[in-house]
Amino acid sequence: MQIYLPIAEVSVNLFLLLGLGGLVGLLSGLFGVGGGFLITPLLFFIGIPPAVAVATGANQVVASSVSGVLAQFKRKAVDVPMGIVLLVGGVGGSALGIWVFNLLTALGQIDLVVQLCYVVFLGAIGLLMFQEALRTMRRTKKGGARRKRHQHLWLHNLPLKMKFRASGLYISVIPPLLVGLIVGVLAAIMGVGGGFIMVPAMIYLLGMPTKVVIGTSLFQILFVSAFTTAMHAITNQSVDVMLALMLIVGGVIGAQFGSRLGARLNAEQLRILLALLVILVAVKLGLELLLRPDELFSLFPGGIG
Amino acid sequence: MTRLLTLFALLLACALPARGEEIVAGLSRDSIGITASFDGSEILIYGAVKRNAPAAQTGELHVIVTLEGPSSAVTIRRKSREMGIWVNTDSLTVGAAPSYYAIASSGPMHLILDPVEDVQQRISIPLAVRAFAGPVQMSDVRPFTQALLRIREEEGLYKEEEGAVRIVEDTLFRADFELPANLIEGDYKTRIFLVRDSHIIDRYQSAIYVRRVGLERWLYVLAQDYAPLYALLSLALAVFSGWAAAAVFRLIRS
Repeated sequence: MQIYLPIAEVSVNLFLLLGLGGLVGLLSGLFGVGGGFLITPLLFFIGIPPAVAVATGANQVVASSVSGVLAQFKRKAVDVPMGIVLLVGGVGGSALGIWVFNLLTALGQIDLVVQLCYVVFLGAIGLLMFQEALRTMRRTKKGGARRKRHQHLWLHNLPLKMKFRASGLYISVIPPLLVGLIVGVLAAIMGVGGGFIMVPAMIYLLGMPTKVVIGTSLFQILFVSAFTTAMHAITNQSVDVMLALMLIVGGVIGAQFGSRLGARLNAEQLRILLALLVILVAVKLGLELLLRPDELFSLFPGGIG
Repeated sequence: MTRLLTLFALLLACALPARGEEIVAGLSRDSIGITASFDGSEILIYGAVKRNAPAAQTGELHVIVTLEGPSSAVTIRRKSREMGIWVNTDSLTVGAAPSYYAIASSGPMHLILDPVEDVQQRISIPLAVRAFAGPVQMSDVRPFTQALLRIREEEGLYKEEEGAVRIVEDTLFRADFELPANLIEGDYKTRIFLVRDSHIIDRYQSAIYVRRVGLERWLYVLAQDYAPLYALLSLALAVFSGWAAAAVFRLIRS
């Protein structure tokens, strides 16, 4: 059954979209990631114009983070002041990212930059996760000493200190603002939530306790991706509600199955699997940049040289 | 149906006075609505050659039918290897290229039509896509225009079907077009050329209106003209479905 997407102006198979949403939802439920980093490249692949794919991806991230945030609030695992600081940075970053996105679209280099971002960030994060998961596995086998979490870096000597009770931190607002800003830029350019960058940054850079990290990052992601969606809709008219709805419906169902499946599997093995998946996506996109493409030419609507 | 059409065409051919040979034509439909379940459409263009005197002219009679979607500017970019990776470098902008272009003819184009008239009327696909925007700084634009044609042909947007027009008894003709699912909204220009002895002796022009209808139209207009409202709608939808999904699954589990 075909469905015509009013904004993307393409006709796509309904079940393909539901399946795509379901697959990404399954993975996000399984690994606890937003799945934006998978859905946007997959949309490129099935022929959705990049601008629409990125904007609609952001809308899908809103839906998938809502239920997560609600659950985390119930567990009191959201550090709201920290979330707001990250959010302020994120909104600024998102606005900046949208400006860069439109500029790069006009220059014809948006595909390249999006791909490069994916290769660099996914590659780096994937390798780090893989290494970390291997180390934890070895440690649990040997029963070695716990690593020191709180490190006093130059970061902690900056001005504008603020108390974050839920995280048990008294630090400057500048590092979280910067983290939020970078994540916001990436969210706008790559159509991702940015959890895969924010979570490690919150743990290793800001020194937040793990129990509030997921909830707080979801809180920030929810609002930043909502802002990004609105900005894309208002400046480019590139959010396709019909496409988003199909992905969301598939995604929420997939996520429920994924989280139940995830509960049965070993956490460390899951992390290694996720790391391998992330590395795979990065390698695939990287090869596309390195190998000679079958078609050297590509068409872009509009007359901007 | 066919018999009725024949009768109708013959009646028309007899009823109206004419100079030489003229086209009398019709379309199976003059408007197409793009609904949510739209997955392509078929168009039948049919007609007859109307003449007063019996067809005594020399040379073969041929018919060429074209169907052309709304034009828009297209930028064609070429990748080349820079510092080890493939990057878009050169680009060429074509001021107006039809979003869809199909030709059906009763014989091979190069045999049935004089090339000069082809150029004048811009019938063949490469000729229909020719308007460049601004000065062209490139010495050779051919690889770019060829790429445009090649890519659009692969996507099924540009089609040339020689022999797809059938002529019966040198009088009746019909051409079938299959419009793809990824159709752009706009007015689709239909042209019919009557060719005898490689020269165009008559032409007929009409339009097919392709419009989004129903929900598709509503969403598109909302997105274009009321963007902030549309943004709120998409966010509300996302928030609601995220919340509803969690609630439903909680109910199922308990």
